[in-house]
Amino acid sequence: MKWLRRLKPARQINRSFAGSLALFMVLALVGAFMIMPIVLMVMNAFKPLDELFYFPPRFFVRNPTLRNFTTLFTLMSESWVPFSRYVFNTLFITGVGIFGHVILASAAAYPLAKHKVPGKAFIFSIIVLSLMFAREVTAVPNYMIITALGVNNTYWAVIMPAFAMSLGLYLMKQFMEQIPDSLIESARIDGANEYVTWWKIVMPNVRPAWLTLTILMFQALWGETGGQFLRDEAIKPLSFAMQQIAMGGVARQGAFSAVSLLMFVVPVAFFIFTQSHIIETMATSGMKE
Amino acid sequence: MKTLAKYKHSYILMAPFLLLFFLFNLLPVLISMLASFTDFNMLQWPSFVGLENYARLFLEDDVFIVALTNTMIFAVVTGPISYLLCFTFAWIINELSPKLRAFMTVIFYAPSIAGGVVFFVWLYIFSGDRYGLLNGILLNLNFITEEINWLRDVDYIMPILILVQLWMSLGTGFLAFIAGLQTVDRTLYEAGAVDGIRNRWQELWFITLPSMKPQLMFGAVIQITGSFAVAGISIHLAGFPSTNDAGATVVTHLMDFGTFRFEMGYASAIATVLFLMMVGTNKLVQKMLGKVGE
Repeated sequence: MKWLRRLKPARQINRSFAGSLALFMVLALVGAFMIMPIVLMVMNAFKPLDELFYFPPRFFVRNPTLRNFTTLFTLMSESWVPFSRYVFNTLFITGVGIFGHVILASAAAYPLAKHKVPGKAFIFSIIVLSLMFAREVTAVPNYMIITALGVNNTYWAVIMPAFAMSLGLYLMKQFMEQIPDSLIESARIDGANEYVTWWKIVMPNVRPAWLTLTILMFQALWGETGGQFLRDEAIKPLSFAMQQIAMGGVARQGAFSAVSLLMFVVPVAFFIFTQSHIIETMATSGMKE
Repeated sequence: MKTLAKYKHSYILMAPFLLLFFLFNLLPVLISMLASFTDFNMLQWPSFVGLENYARLFLEDDVFIVALTNTMIFAVVTGPISYLLCFTFAWIINELSPKLRAFMTVIFYAPSIAGGVVFFVWLYIFSGDRYGLLNGILLNLNFITEEINWLRDVDYIMPILILVQLWMSLGTGFLAFIAGLQTVDRTLYEAGAVDGIRNRWQELWFITLPSMKPQLMFGAVIQITGSFAVAGISIHLAGFPSTNDAGATVVTHLMDFGTFRFEMGYASAIATVLFLMMVGTNKLVQKMLGKVGE
């Protein structure tokens, strides 16, 4: 029964044991369903080709092999440009994209949440509404604008639109609204200007928000293939190269499983790393006046 | 002029984002909305046709009605369910000890990280031949005598799409809730206990939910945009076009015209109708959320 005691909730006020147990059962059941396809994906990456076409099909791998990965690495070494180039491109796009978006969106979110700027309700509602328009039809005007700015076929064709995503501003603004006005007021009385207040008072208080935003942006940019904008092989990102390798039909089925696993593992690792910081920093504090 | 000077710093902070937002976000949307009143095939200069695209959409396009029905099913079924799932699981997970909490967050969020790359796993599970996991298991246990073509059978397409959509839907909203629960002022709970809050359910309704209103509203918008714009899973699982268009959604219909038939004016009209549907739903949902904790 020792393990049961471990399930004790973190906070002790108003918690019945029966309630905790019931909730934990639900969590475990749904959790098993959530993780099942992911486990299957991992299993398939280590299955030899004949096990993928076996009757009756098996969930678990019987003779695990690294063949799929060695095939993948051989294909990688045969690529047009050195493979490290794709890795660099993705790191650059992802790094600059996340950093720029978090800074610009937070800077704009602060006045919208805490200043009485004329027209702020209008600006904010336009930004939220823009989330509701299907991106599939804006591709053509987007292409024209990016070409007109002369950034087509450069990293910036992907990075600059990422800076301007509505999601980050919306998320940051919602969290900043919860900061007590008295906190900002006292910073002003201490002589801090708006920029210092934003950077030194507001940003540390919404740390869970921008760490969450970092996770979301990483996922969005990591999977970015560059589409019609990144045409030179030397500036194409990793996910494009991976996509090329995976598109080879049945013969590439094994390599495809390996590619999927690799493309999945990196964002998961980034997520685990960042998420642990959210929980760690906020476990004791919370937002106080 | 005086207010401009007074809020100089506010405008300076907002300017870079708003400029980029206008160029890459707002302007393309406005152009598309204008295009919905034209006949634009991407080769010739668009000519103004008034409301013709909209009339054709509702009066002549049978597939659009199917797509609209399916999208409404996604919006009405998966939207609210996955919103509740996002909050419920974020809340239960928040009750756990820090290590277990970190572990469970990864388990529940992993499907939305996997997103696009994991479709092939579902294809493998629901594959129509005997090598598919579900068919294999059911055949082996003699529940069925011949394999079912799950993703080509009109009766099964929508339920499967809904299941997979729900599986993937603990995403942005879920993360925002997790982060939001972390920022609730802990002293409120202690004060609440003194004021006579008896159990976790009262605590949830009277303290946690009202403290998280901004995140709840954010989550609702994300959920609406997600469930009205379902397209990827339909294309990957049910095929494009799907059998008898049983898996068509408004966005797959829009892509059909925008990407393959080069009828940008018509595709833009579809996008505008979808936009208005989302705006209306959002108005309604935000009104309901205003009542939380009262």
